[in-house]
Amino acid sequence: MRRLFTYPYIVWLAIFVIAPLLLVFFYAFSGTDADGYTYFTFQNINKFFEGIIEGQPFFQRIYVRVATRSLRMALQTTVICFLLGYPLAHILASKGFRDKPILLFLFIMPMWMNFLVRTYGWMTILERNGIMNNLLRRMNLPTIDILFTDSAVLLGMVYNFLPFMVLPIYTALTKMDKRIIEAAQDLGASPRSVFLRVVFPLSMPGVVSGITMVFMPAAATFIIPNLLGGGQFFLLGNLVEQQFLLVGNWHFGSAVAVVMIVLMLVSTFILSRFDRQTEASEGGMRL
Amino acid sequence: MTSYNANMMAVLKRLYMGLILFFMYAPIAVLIIFSFNASRSRGTWEGFTLDWYIRLLNDQHTQRALRNTVLIAIFSTIFATAIGTVAAIGIDKLKKRSRTAIMLVSRVPVMMPDVIIGISLMMLFLFVFRTLGVGSLGFGTMLLAHVIFNVPYVILSVTPKLRQLDPNLYEAALDLGSNPLRAFVQVILPELWPGVVTGAMLAFTMSVDDFMVSFFTTSPGVQNLSIRIFSMTRRGVDPSINALSTIIFVVVMIMLILINRRDRRLIHKNAEDD
Amino acid sequence: MKKETRNVTRKVLLVLAMAIAAMLAFAACANNEPDTHSHTQTTDVSAVTSSTVNHPPLNVANWGLFIYEPVLQMFEAEYGIEVIYSTYSTNEELYTMIARGGAEFDVIVPSDYMVERMINEGLLVPLNWDNIPNADYIFPRFKGLAFDPNNLYSVPYKWGTFGIVYNTTKVDQVVDSWSILWDEAFAGEIFLYDSSRCTMGAVQRMLGFSMNSRDHGELNQVRDALMQLGPNVRAFLADQIIDNMIGGEGALATVYNGCAMWITYYNPDHNYVVPQEGSQLWFNSMVIPASTRNQANAEKFINFMNRPDIAYLNTRYTRYSTTNIGAFERIPEDWQNCPIYWPCDETLARGEVFVDLGDFRADFELAWTQILLASN
Repeated sequence: MRRLFTYPYIVWLAIFVIAPLLLVFFYAFSGTDADGYTYFTFQNINKFFEGIIEGQPFFQRIYVRVATRSLRMALQTTVICFLLGYPLAHILASKGFRDKPILLFLFIMPMWMNFLVRTYGWMTILERNGIMNNLLRRMNLPTIDILFTDSAVLLGMVYNFLPFMVLPIYTALTKMDKRIIEAAQDLGASPRSVFLRVVFPLSMPGVVSGITMVFMPAAATFIIPNLLGGGQFFLLGNLVEQQFLLVGNWHFGSAVAVVMIVLMLVSTFILSRFDRQTEASEGGMRL
Repeated sequence: MTSYNANMMAVLKRLYMGLILFFMYAPIAVLIIFSFNASRSRGTWEGFTLDWYIRLLNDQHTQRALRNTVLIAIFSTIFATAIGTVAAIGIDKLKKRSRTAIMLVSRVPVMMPDVIIGISLMMLFLFVFRTLGVGSLGFGTMLLAHVIFNVPYVILSVTPKLRQLDPNLYEAALDLGSNPLRAFVQVILPELWPGVVTGAMLAFTMSVDDFMVSFFTTSPGVQNLSIRIFSMTRRGVDPSINALSTIIFVVVMIMLILINRRDRRLIHKNAEDD
Repeated sequence: MKKETRNVTRKVLLVLAMAIAAMLAFAACANNEPDTHSHTQTTDVSAVTSSTVNHPPLNVANWGLFIYEPVLQMFEAEYGIEVIYSTYSTNEELYTMIARGGAEFDVIVPSDYMVERMINEGLLVPLNWDNIPNADYIFPRFKGLAFDPNNLYSVPYKWGTFGIVYNTTKVDQVVDSWSILWDEAFAGEIFLYDSSRCTMGAVQRMLGFSMNSRDHGELNQVRDALMQLGPNVRAFLADQIIDNMIGGEGALATVYNGCAMWITYYNPDHNYVVPQEGSQLWFNSMVIPASTRNQANAEKFINFMNRPDIAYLNTRYTRYSTTNIGAFERIPEDWQNCPIYWPCDETLARGEVFVDLGDFRADFELAWTQILLASN
């Protein structure tokens, strides 16, 4: 029975998970010459980093700039999501809330409505003559003009990724053994040190999965910068989309994808340092 | 004094919760309000109308897209749940080292950014089509792609339940004369059920909300709702999409209220029984 | 604790089941809709529906906002051929879709330079003009254009100009040059069309270059000029510019004349100008890609779209200029005399038609990426 259950799945993984990744690497490290022959090359990867070696002015290091901007925005998104999300998860997990299932559901429900429509809703709110500014004008307050700027992109990202930060932290907090907290309290720890020394470290697996589920998707998205940034916020995801759908250069597009995969591996590695416990509970649910 | 502080905290907590919920629902509220707006353009309110709902009934593209979204969500959930559950059981029986390796590979579609899953599957499908000389991107490839990225969610939800399972349970069933299949269906599956349900739910949610993977693995002739809306954003979104979102929202909301009511009654009853 | 989680799971499952049921019900309604429609029609429809079985559906890809969609249903009813209609928003997007394979299209509508490129790369099939008798309605001056000099592959569908639309309540100056976009008075007030060739082409004309220049020095000048435009640019958008200008979100925008028709209609404070330095003159033509599975049906479709009454419905709804004599005769006089809809000869003389850039394409796109990156 073990074989019957496992082998088909290994074949599945080989075809639908490993093979596509191999294709990405194949295209990233190859080129096609005028006669249609394929050859091995590093030129696609070099192209991504071009300008650094030659010491060209910053604006000419096009692709590296795209990468740094993506990472900066992803980092900002992650930090804001964490700062907003942790207290929220903590409140949701605390005893005082009788309507917990409903509240949880209220947080999940927006995900059932298309995220593109919700992002578009923000455009209606943020426009120069949009809802927010009309309200501000009525109250004789100065208007805020952030649509098509990085603030709008950031807002859209935080809005879309917040639930992915809240839910894993919430899960970690509710799974926690309450007796440890009680023990700490009985031993005379102040609420502050109970939180800092017991609750927070124990919720670390949740925080780590939260960060994983926000950081990379935020660095890779192309639709939010496209809509809320008015086409000027060119991130790594936009670059991949452009190469595959507009330029039709699979080799360079794959090279960008490889750079993203490496970034993902590096960030996962760094995070795993903070989270030895997840290793122990390997296979546990990571949402 | 302490009770005052505690009250203060409770109020603050509720206030914070309320603010975040306001943030989450502000754009949704806007969508709902503007689905009744007589003006086509976004910002201005020009009176009440039901035109966009009528238009929605006549908009075959959006309806086709909705149908694709629902069908793909349902079928990919069914397939992914079946494949994922079976795979999880198989993996659980492996030795530690191969188990770790397979789990690592399984997790790839969850960790990988959507764009990369999208382009890599697109390349795979096109590669196969070119080799075979037939086939084109469309409903089939989009469905397959959804199954592929949904399987790990099921596996990751079922595995913890397998860990809690008493290993003797299955043996006991066999000892009592049950055949392996019956033992699995009647003994193991009920124990795993909560994990299977969570996995299916996650898969369904992921499928309904997906844009990136679908975008790369279909041809423009076969759209799901996300792709339909994306192509509309390029030229200004037709408010009939607002109308559709409003309908979905209302349906989900009503169900939530109904179920919650029924549940309250149950809780009351349970409390009396205690 | 366990009981509680089980409760939540059950509840969520119930919601899920009901959501699926509701969505299915709605989708089912959607499914039935065409059927109920056909019941109300006369008997010859059933003959048509039965013939539907014999024909593979026709895959048509076109620009957004470029057709009066009910026309497609008219075609389906008349010929019993189902149409699968999709849209794209740049020529480059269309090209990669056709060139990468994996999708079968029967009719597409690329612009001039893209028609040329597709012909050169063998991506199109020559048309059988016997199946397209309505091509006789096309203005002779739109036939045999440079991108298809022998009229073998393409049937012109729409044509027009590219220029500046501006809000007269925000712009006091005379608008007759592309250089007004650089005026410091318009910080954060300008929308640029999100297409490399259109927007960079405008700047090429402003600097006195050809839009089809393959000179690196000229390209760098164009790029630097656009990079300096950064503070004035509010966003790079496609047809969303229409909604944004109507809503008064900006002072100036670079648009096609068809977009300008929409904007000036819904917000009459606007004006459209083709600058003195000249601008792009474009033609979008219907062509049949080599991947077609049924060329005869594709030709039926093209012929149908050139029927004067159908071409009229299209131009009337999309507000883009028709190439069809029969349709032009049907449109009201105020459109016939409208300089936006029907540019005068003097404007046309300032126009230049795009030619495919060949190997220069990659450098051109790179410059565009740099511009997008520098704009904020």
